[in-house]
Amino acid sequence: MLRIENLTASIADKPILKGIDLEVPQGEVHAIMGPNGSGKSTLSYVLAGREDYEVTGGSATFDGRELLGMEPEERAALGVFLAFQYPVELPGVGNANFLRTALNAQRRARGEAELDAVQFLKMARAELKRLAMPDDMLKRNVNVGFSGGEKKRNEVLQMAILRPRLAILDETDSGLDIDALKIVAEGVNALRGPDFSALVITHYQRLLEHIVPDRVHVLAGGRIVRSGGPELAHELEARGYADMAAEAA
Amino acid sequence: MNDIAQARAPAAIGAEGFLARYAGLRARLPGDETRRDAAAESFRARGLPTRRDEAWKYTDLRPVAALAFHEPLLATDTDFKLPPAPGARLVFVDGRFREDASRLPDGAAFTPFARAPRFDALARPEAHPLVALNTMLAEDGAVLTVPDGVDAGLVELVSIGAGGTRHPAAFHPRHAIRLGRGAQMTLLETLIGEGVYLHNPVMSVMVAEGAALAHVRLQNESQAAFHLATVYAGIAEGGTYDGFTLNLGARLCRTEIHTRLHGPGGAAHLNAAQVLRGVQHGDVTTVVAHDAPNCASRQTVKNVLDGRARGVFQGRIEVAQAAQKTDGYQMNQALLLSPDAEVDSKPELRIFADDVKCSHGATVGALDPDQLFYLRTRGVPEIEARAMLVRAFLDEALTLVSHPAARAALDGALSAWWEQETA
Ligand SMILES: Nc1ncnc2c1ncn2[C@@H]1O[C@H](COP(=O)(O)OP(=O)(O)OP(=O)(O)O)[C@@H](O)[C@H]1O
Ligand SMILES: [Mg+2]
Repeated sequence: MLRIENLTASIADKPILKGIDLEVPQGEVHAIMGPNGSGKSTLSYVLAGREDYEVTGGSATFDGRELLGMEPEERAALGVFLAFQYPVELPGVGNANFLRTALNAQRRARGEAELDAVQFLKMARAELKRLAMPDDMLKRNVNVGFSGGEKKRNEVLQMAILRPRLAILDETDSGLDIDALKIVAEGVNALRGPDFSALVITHYQRLLEHIVPDRVHVLAGGRIVRSGGPELAHELEARGYADMAAEAA
Repeated sequence: MNDIAQARAPAAIGAEGFLARYAGLRARLPGDETRRDAAAESFRARGLPTRRDEAWKYTDLRPVAALAFHEPLLATDTDFKLPPAPGARLVFVDGRFREDASRLPDGAAFTPFARAPRFDALARPEAHPLVALNTMLAEDGAVLTVPDGVDAGLVELVSIGAGGTRHPAAFHPRHAIRLGRGAQMTLLETLIGEGVYLHNPVMSVMVAEGAALAHVRLQNESQAAFHLATVYAGIAEGGTYDGFTLNLGARLCRTEIHTRLHGPGGAAHLNAAQVLRGVQHGDVTTVVAHDAPNCASRQTVKNVLDGRARGVFQGRIEVAQAAQKTDGYQMNQALLLSPDAEVDSKPELRIFADDVKCSHGATVGALDPDQLFYLRTRGVPEIEARAMLVRAFLDEALTLVSHPAARAALDGALSAWWEQETA
């Protein structure tokens, strides 16, 4: 269970998050929608532990443990995963090596046995197949020269391999073609279960047709201004954020 | 020399001690005395290079001048451990050949310089004081010849600085590598040692028509040592000199490589990486002379600098009027891991032909915080993430080393470096 209480955060002394309250019970998938610049990515970075965001108040606990003081790698080992809105390129780092290093680092941190190269490749190839990605994805440098959609798929591949307990997907649907959108949604749905929860940040109702959320929240002006069931996404698609932004102000 | 000249001439530094050693050793040194005497005269006049010399602007040899070096003792029982040799290996301790620890190559003819002391015309003692110093005092070295058409495979050249005498030792090995027409060889030089010493090797390389030498240097000398190496390579038509230097060790190091492409269609690759920390100073200085048309030169030079380390790269490309269709590429990049680290980069193009393609670029940066964060969100601890990114930075240079055993040697040394870094 992710519990965020009165979370405030700034970047370069500019307050961005102005008191976020949000609960995602284990096993549930919640969507966050909201206008550009409202703080959605800021929230996901703060949850993942990015240093240049200063948390000025509040808390964010996962399974009762405070995330905010932890190093990013500790949060990852705990099962928190962020699919980046803008995945980072790592020239000179092979995708397979990257994924295996990450997986084994997490396993080590949790006191689990590491996977050798053969075990890892077998597992990674199976996930690639499920995500309809070509095998040579593993040989290439992480995200280097990937198309926008390929980068997003690579985020989902990482999620599939790392098997987080809390996934934050920041606009993973942006830039995906229609088929890829379905494949990615299936990738998320495959992980759904009592021990998996997710925060799905999106601008489009279409993704939520494939990943049906338990709840939908609207983030505007650094606050959650509305929450509701999946039907809220339809309403937003029809009416936009204009009146809600007014409510937030 | 009259008084006025003496007053005007800048004082030659660091010469006296070496000249005194030469006076004492002269009769016992092998080979052509007139060459040695000429080199001694040249060295007497110039002394060690100083920062007033344009070519030495960034590297200060005063710490070398301040020490009194002696010739190494006869190290008959020096203890050293080397990993098992995958093939041919020539071991030199304090610059002297150690047959007992060596395995002679099958494909190449080897003679110790002490038994075949010839100074070839590639090296230029009159132009380079360190080469003059070497010529004056050279005692031994590897003379290796690969006959026409022969692939000699991998040959290791190991230098061990034994240290451990009352005075720091200086040794000046003289190596000569010759590849006949169409011959091939990978020469892996491993330079290691303990304590304070000066290692001042000179190597001349002759690559005949269509021959190819891969020359990989793993400079991992004692952290208290001085390493001042000069390599001259002459490349004939269609020949390739594929050089890679990794500077990891030594308190102060300079690798100076002069290549001359004197036949059409030749190639010179002068790639390098320097990975330095603490107060280490590493200098890679290269000159590529394009004398003939249709030759290519390639340089990827990477510096990783931590602590107060300083990395220098000077790269000159000279394209003669006859050298049309020259293709020259030079890339120099530095990764600074600490705010006190420093890099100096000096590319220089001197082009006298009109139909040439020459490019160079230089970048300096720190580790990218976004990349670090990305890795850490995947669970990779910070130290490991930094190591991955440093390796990734070096990768572009390291992948240019194609011989698997040579590449493995470099990777192994870098892993050990990183273990110390994070210990
Ligand atoms: N490094 C920074 N310096 C200054 N302002 C920043 C910085 N990073 C983010 N911001 C500001 O913080 C606000 C929130 O940005 P954030 O990326 O969280 O928005 P978002 O809701 O994810 O928007 P989008 O829907 O466009 O992705 C924006 O006004 C943005 O300009
Ligand atoms: Mg965003």
